[in-house]
Amino acid sequence: MVDTSVRFSDLLLDNPVVPASGTFGYGKEYAELYDINLLGSFSFKGTTLTPRFGNPTPRIADCTSGMINSVGLQNPGVEEVLHSVLPEMRGYFHKKVIANVCGFSIEEYVETARRLSEDESVGILEINISCPNVQHGGMSFGTDEKMAYEVTRAVKRAVKKPVMMKLTPNAPDICRIAKACEDGGADAVSLINTLLGMRIDLKSKRPVIHNIKGGFSGPAVFPIALRMVYDVYNTVRIPIMGMGGVSSAEDVIEMMLAGATAVQVGTANLKNPYACKEIIENLPKAMSFYGVDRLQNIIGEAH
Amino acid sequence: MERRVFSVIDNVRLNETVFDLRLAGDTSGITAPGQFVDLDVDGLYLRRPISICDYDEGSIRLVYKVVGKGTVIMSAFGPGKKIDLLLPLGNGFDRNKSGDRPVLIGGGVGVPPLLALAKDLMSKGKDVKVALGFNSKSDIILYRDFCEVVGEKNVFVSTVDGSFGKKGFVTAIVPDGSFCYACGPLPMLKSISEKIKMRAELSLESRMGCGFGACMGCSIMTKEGAKRVCKEGPVFDKEVLIW
Ligand SMILES: Cc1cc2nc3c(=O)[nH]c(=O)nc-3n(C[C@H](O)[C@H](O)[C@H](O)COP(=O)(O)OP(=O)(O)OC[C@H]3O[C@@H](n4cnc5c(N)ncnc54)[C@H](O)[C@@H]3O)c2cc1C
Ligand SMILES: Cc1cc2nc3c(=O)[nH]c(=O)nc-3n(C[C@H](O)[C@H](O)[C@H](O)COP(=O)(O)O)c2cc1C
Ligand code: FES
Repeated sequence: MVDTSVRFSDLLLDNPVVPASGTFGYGKEYAELYDINLLGSFSFKGTTLTPRFGNPTPRIADCTSGMINSVGLQNPGVEEVLHSVLPEMRGYFHKKVIANVCGFSIEEYVETARRLSEDESVGILEINISCPNVQHGGMSFGTDEKMAYEVTRAVKRAVKKPVMMKLTPNAPDICRIAKACEDGGADAVSLINTLLGMRIDLKSKRPVIHNIKGGFSGPAVFPIALRMVYDVYNTVRIPIMGMGGVSSAEDVIEMMLAGATAVQVGTANLKNPYACKEIIENLPKAMSFYGVDRLQNIIGEAH
Repeated sequence: MERRVFSVIDNVRLNETVFDLRLAGDTSGITAPGQFVDLDVDGLYLRRPISICDYDEGSIRLVYKVVGKGTVIMSAFGPGKKIDLLLPLGNGFDRNKSGDRPVLIGGGVGVPPLLALAKDLMSKGKDVKVALGFNSKSDIILYRDFCEVVGEKNVFVSTVDGSFGKKGFVTAIVPDGSFCYACGPLPMLKSISEKIKMRAELSLESRMGCGFGACMGCSIMTKEGAKRVCKEGPVFDKEVLIW
């Protein structure tokens, strides 16, 4: 018997597979397809202080081995999430969930994180300082070391639960941002969010996405994400949740060898709604094939 | 919604750019005409959404226009080919609203999902009328199918260039009735919403990431708040839409 469990910060996960924020809603659509309690955990849709409709459509563009999205953080707002979404979620998901938080000012991040942290279902706060799809916020915190440090410190002071900072690959040097988050007191980092990209429609000769650019994700970004996880592992001591293009049990193992303690799966869920279930089912076989007894033991082994 | 493997029965060209794809597989999940499937096309990342044109216990029919990469690949699907589908997706038309004299309005490749709807309403004994609009005679699809289902005298056609039926837009040939169901290009739907007095349900399109409600890629703002075209739609009551 192989052991797929991993300890991630305060949480003991049955396996390291965690659906990524924005690709899993609040779990409901998937819970209708399979028992999502087999997941290690999941990170819910980026939640903001007030409700957001998000960007105009088209928000989606197809790409070779991936996609671009420009959803722009559509979510019902923290109030609705606390009072109706999470209570409903507890009916179908019984593990601790990861609360993905976004904001447009430090005060907003702090307030949203504080409120979500008080919910019993929330195990870790994932502070998204990396959304490429909203202006005056999100990514600007994640591309500036000082800002990243400030948000981390402010959120850390306001909450008791572990704080994981979600990093953008669009920063000039992701390692320096990771370090700033660690210095600010972060308990973990997660990476990568989407890469800024675009597509042009050949018929209309106009950008496909209404906002012109959006976040590129999916299998095509895997080697970039892997390299960044590898680099960040060399830079910080706190655990890393690795993501970007992960679509198979083999990808999960590879991410962990690079230095990830747990692995998020995003876009793969959109193409195949059973992706995470299949990855978890295939993990033991893939582990045996590559001579891995305990996943926890291979973290960073490639270094 | 389920993921199922279907196999191609045939994939017949209806005109220059439109194909009629019949697939065999488990259709037991389908609950209403107007729902759609999301097809995994070899070599492409995102699935392609196509309306269910017609269905029975063991097969579905998809009528699609070749407009880009995915539909070009689909046009080469041959008999026996296995296809991974998510289905059924979306809400479909609400037949309880129809009244006794429903009118179906289709434009271009928005016509297909109305065929299953016409059959369903006929089976409920309704007096169904159909108005179809195309650019030109060579673009006309499914005319015979509709004539068979509702009778030739109940099918009205318009073409923009006047090469068949009445010249002009389909909104000019809409017969009177109790309720309207429409699917077609956005300008057509907008014009129906403005000019046709009947209550109506309109089927919309949107670029989709997942097709099953998880990504918020397809959302529209309505008078009742944000709605996902793939989940709460693609069919919406005319009254809730904002133009
Ligand atoms: C609910 C729904 C039902 C549909 N039913 C039908 C149908 O019955 N018959 C039919 O011919 N077409 C239908 N369409 C449109 C069909 O999905 C597109 O024509 C098709 O996806 C084009 O793919 P492509 O790769 O050939 O084109 P490309 O332009 O190469 O596609 C690039 C990307 O844009 C998306 N896209 C392009 N056009 C559209 C569009 N109009 N709507 C949504 N996404 C689009 C594609 O899915 C793909 O992700 C429907 C769309 C929706 C949303
Ligand atoms: C449609 C979509 C919506 C997303 N929304 C969010 C979000 O709200 N918050 C967030 O932190 N990341 C969001 N992301 C980024 C993913 O969580 C993930 O970091 C990224 O897609 C890379 O992983 P992947 O290649 O496995 O998808 C979104 C991604 C997609 C495709
Ligand atoms: S396409 Fe993903 S929510 Fe509609």
